[in-house]
Amino acid sequence: MAEEKGIRDGSPAGGETRPAGADTLTVQDHNTLFSSEDYQKMFEDKKYFEDATPCDRVQEVLEWTRSWEYRELNLQRTDFLINPAKACQPLGGILAAIGFRNTLPLVHGSQGCVAYFRSHFSRHYKEPFPAVSSSMTEDAAVFGGMNNLREALQNAMALYRPEMIAICTTCMAEVIGDDLGSFITDYREEGSIPEDFPLPWANTPSFVGSHIIGYDNMMRAILADQAKGRRAEGNEKINIIPGFDTYTGNLREIKRLLDRMGVSYTLLGDTSDALDAPATGEYVMYPGGTPLEELRGAAKAKATVALQRYSTKRTMQLAADRWKQEAVVCVPMGIRGTDEFLQTISRLTGKPIPEEIRQERGRAVDAMLDSHAYTHGRRVAMIGDPDILLGVTAFLLEVGAEPVHIVCTNGDAEFKEEMERLLATSPYGASAKVWVGYDMWHLRSLVFTEPVDLLIGNSYLKQLALEADIPLVRIGFPIFDRHHLHRYPIIGYQGALNMLQMIVNTVLDELDRKAPGHSVDLIR
Amino acid sequence: MGESSTLIQERRKIVEDVLTAYPAKTREERAAHIGVKDPEDAGSCAVANNVKSRPGVMTIRGCAYAGSKGVVWGPVKDAIHISHGPVGCGQYSWWSRRNYHNGITGITSFVSMQITSDFQERDVVFGGDKKLAKMIRDLDRLFPLNKGITIQSECPIGLIGDDIEAVARETSAELGKPVVPVRCEGFRGVSQSLGHHIANDSIRDWLLGTRNLPDGGTPYDVALIGDYNIGGDAWATRKILEEMGLRVVAMWSGDGTMQELAHTPGAKLNIIHCYRSMNYICRHMEEKYGIPWVEYNFFGPTKIKESMRKIASYFDDRIKEQTEKVIAKYEPLMQATIEKYRPRLEGKKVMLLVGGLRPRHMVGAYEDLGMEIVATGYEFGHDDDYERTFPEVGEATIIYDDPTAYELEQFAARLQVDLVGSGIKEKYVYHKMGLPFRQMHSWDYSGPYHGFDGFPVFARDMDMAINNPSWGLLKAPF
Repeated sequence: MAEEKGIRDGSPAGGETRPAGADTLTVQDHNTLFSSEDYQKMFEDKKYFEDATPCDRVQEVLEWTRSWEYRELNLQRTDFLINPAKACQPLGGILAAIGFRNTLPLVHGSQGCVAYFRSHFSRHYKEPFPAVSSSMTEDAAVFGGMNNLREALQNAMALYRPEMIAICTTCMAEVIGDDLGSFITDYREEGSIPEDFPLPWANTPSFVGSHIIGYDNMMRAILADQAKGRRAEGNEKINIIPGFDTYTGNLREIKRLLDRMGVSYTLLGDTSDALDAPATGEYVMYPGGTPLEELRGAAKAKATVALQRYSTKRTMQLAADRWKQEAVVCVPMGIRGTDEFLQTISRLTGKPIPEEIRQERGRAVDAMLDSHAYTHGRRVAMIGDPDILLGVTAFLLEVGAEPVHIVCTNGDAEFKEEMERLLATSPYGASAKVWVGYDMWHLRSLVFTEPVDLLIGNSYLKQLALEADIPLVRIGFPIFDRHHLHRYPIIGYQGALNMLQMIVNTVLDELDRKAPGHSVDLIR
Repeated sequence: MGESSTLIQERRKIVEDVLTAYPAKTREERAAHIGVKDPEDAGSCAVANNVKSRPGVMTIRGCAYAGSKGVVWGPVKDAIHISHGPVGCGQYSWWSRRNYHNGITGITSFVSMQITSDFQERDVVFGGDKKLAKMIRDLDRLFPLNKGITIQSECPIGLIGDDIEAVARETSAELGKPVVPVRCEGFRGVSQSLGHHIANDSIRDWLLGTRNLPDGGTPYDVALIGDYNIGGDAWATRKILEEMGLRVVAMWSGDGTMQELAHTPGAKLNIIHCYRSMNYICRHMEEKYGIPWVEYNFFGPTKIKESMRKIASYFDDRIKEQTEKVIAKYEPLMQATIEKYRPRLEGKKVMLLVGGLRPRHMVGAYEDLGMEIVATGYEFGHDDDYERTFPEVGEATIIYDDPTAYELEQFAARLQVDLVGSGIKEKYVYHKMGLPFRQMHSWDYSGPYHGFDGFPVFARDMDMAINNPSWGLLKAPF
């Protein structure tokens, strides 16, 4: 498509024009405008019309919500969520899909969902996220979405020329019980969709699990549909499955490490180029992803390694049961996590870990030693996806920080056990408690009653960070309010160094911000 | 044939060429949604609208839930808005629309929170009413200063036949607070638009007129309708109205409260900015309470001044005189803004695709800066929006309804525009293309853009988008 689009050449007038300057006019936007006396008076006067609660009562309730009494009331809450750290299945489904070359994600159901998914990802990646919907409305709720899906496939194929369309579902399609398998069979039989056009599909009901399960379901469906056969003798390739990983930097880092080792591999669902395309003056709709030929060969590889456990459970079953491969999960976060990953790869491929990587390890450890005075004993509260939490916790234990509150909205019992086992490996894990199925409003209660030095989580956690005046290190998804963090890896030794840098410098910024004048040291 | 009609012909050819990529059925359907303004031919002004988007084309539209929770109800700050259904809808619409408000989050205001009934399979199978009722009671205990609760229905609610109205009546009586059920399931209607309407109706049916103004009212009481206070827009507007001598008794719904919505029938005039999302409630108040309503446009000095005089015309000479004084007071700021930015923006071509009012309301603001709108259109407009749009735009302007991602990219490239104004889903496509872009839903995290205080911010932002030197780096020298 791209070459047909008559892309403009060169740049607009920019580059030649001088800065506007502040000589004639200082522009005040929302950051400063409303602090002026006239606006402040306006805000105060407006309360007359608001039936506003008197200030002393507001203060009383505010303090109560930070108390142990409130904490207990809040923790009784089990069947609804306030500020959760989870999204719904199809979000994960389309992330799995977009990691394959020339693949268009299609979500069967109401169209608003796709608008939300695309916005959500674009806000995180600062990238376009192409995906289409079958735009079901009330009539489809009554008669089913068969016609909608047929037309969606036809239009999308004509307009966006994908090589594959990966289909998942919204809760609407799931509630009315649309049968995608029989729809697709019918389309092929009636000739409205070519017999050989790849259409992997997955059920991704939003009322089951979360985005990580949706990723797993869609990934499994793509692999099951496209990668036929089983482990072939003599095939030295290994498959890598990243899981619901929203760091393009992680994917580039994993490829760099494997390339350094000289390993022959297929990264299944490679979003690094698909969601981190260069600005060149030309928009390319499918700028990267795993080539479909490589995807199709995945069943014949000798092993499959997943970099997350809880977003790849069903997919890894497929690798083990149907492909008859060795299926291993290694989360390469922190020093030991990376050690284990590299050793696993070395064992599976027979390739040694090169000296260069050993040196990288040494440099990361060196940095951790240099900074230990600012990580040791720091009490940390965190919230996020299960695998990210496991990786971050492992790293924190390595630098002598103390996880205190570990909240996972979308974890399961197995995750809780695994996390507790990990915590038990270190005395620094002794004060931690794992909260599965809880949310950020719960975490607020935990933090106000049992304070911490540092918060780790996604951008939404800044609400609590600002209220409780605790610095936030942004690790996880989504990160909307800081730019480019997802371009820097948090896996591998390089990722350990990045996490260290973020944590230490956040601690140091906070020290400078809060220290009395005499304690603002130049040298730390 | 004159020069201008050649331009019209050129633009028509562009439209025709762009449509050739579609399968026949979709091509025919899409052709009806795109027009080129031709002053000679009044008939060409009509474009098809407010019908279903074609499946699979990558529409920019959202859903009814987005129209209700995301637009109309979400900004009402002292009510708790339950996203009722699975977790996703509330998650994706959480704290993203920049409805500025004063208050303490989690104590007196709940706008930037995501409160979800987190439907599980058992709720779909057995129904969610019991869970909802318990949730409402629990929320009222956890957030005792809330002034009401709304139930924003997600798709499954309407499909499984839950009776949220009964839950609302029961819990409202029990708590002594409004509990408002909103049937804004995402599959209803064809876009956000029906969600606006449903939300308006729910305010009408469950809240409007249930309270009185805190005093007997004054002859100068107005309600500010259809401003969601994105980046502080409604505040910049309120300031002008107050300076004109009017008393703003209610804000719908940016920085608004349940009390304000309830006592609005005490106003003497409803002034409405976003016609598309709130004309329904204005029409209702006109019919039921005899309150007149007037549309206005607070983008850019030309339209602001015109609108201020229009609003003042509903009042006595005191207000009219005061209005002239306010206009004069801000004249130096407007002049300074134009003097500073117009030379930097003169002649630039702009393409817009936005929501409720902006595709037409922003034309004047761009023109104040010497810029030209060459294409504009709505995600979810109706006939009355397009009727209001054609007089605002110049000859040969392309008007599109619910364009697809493909169409927008094609038009941007073929019209050689200098600036694109649309949403986050579109933004980064244009960055790759090397085309300056501003998000015109969220103001790209800037604002306000409304009112006299907003215009300099708007001008500054358009300038920085177009004139940033990094655009000059796209082509590698090797």
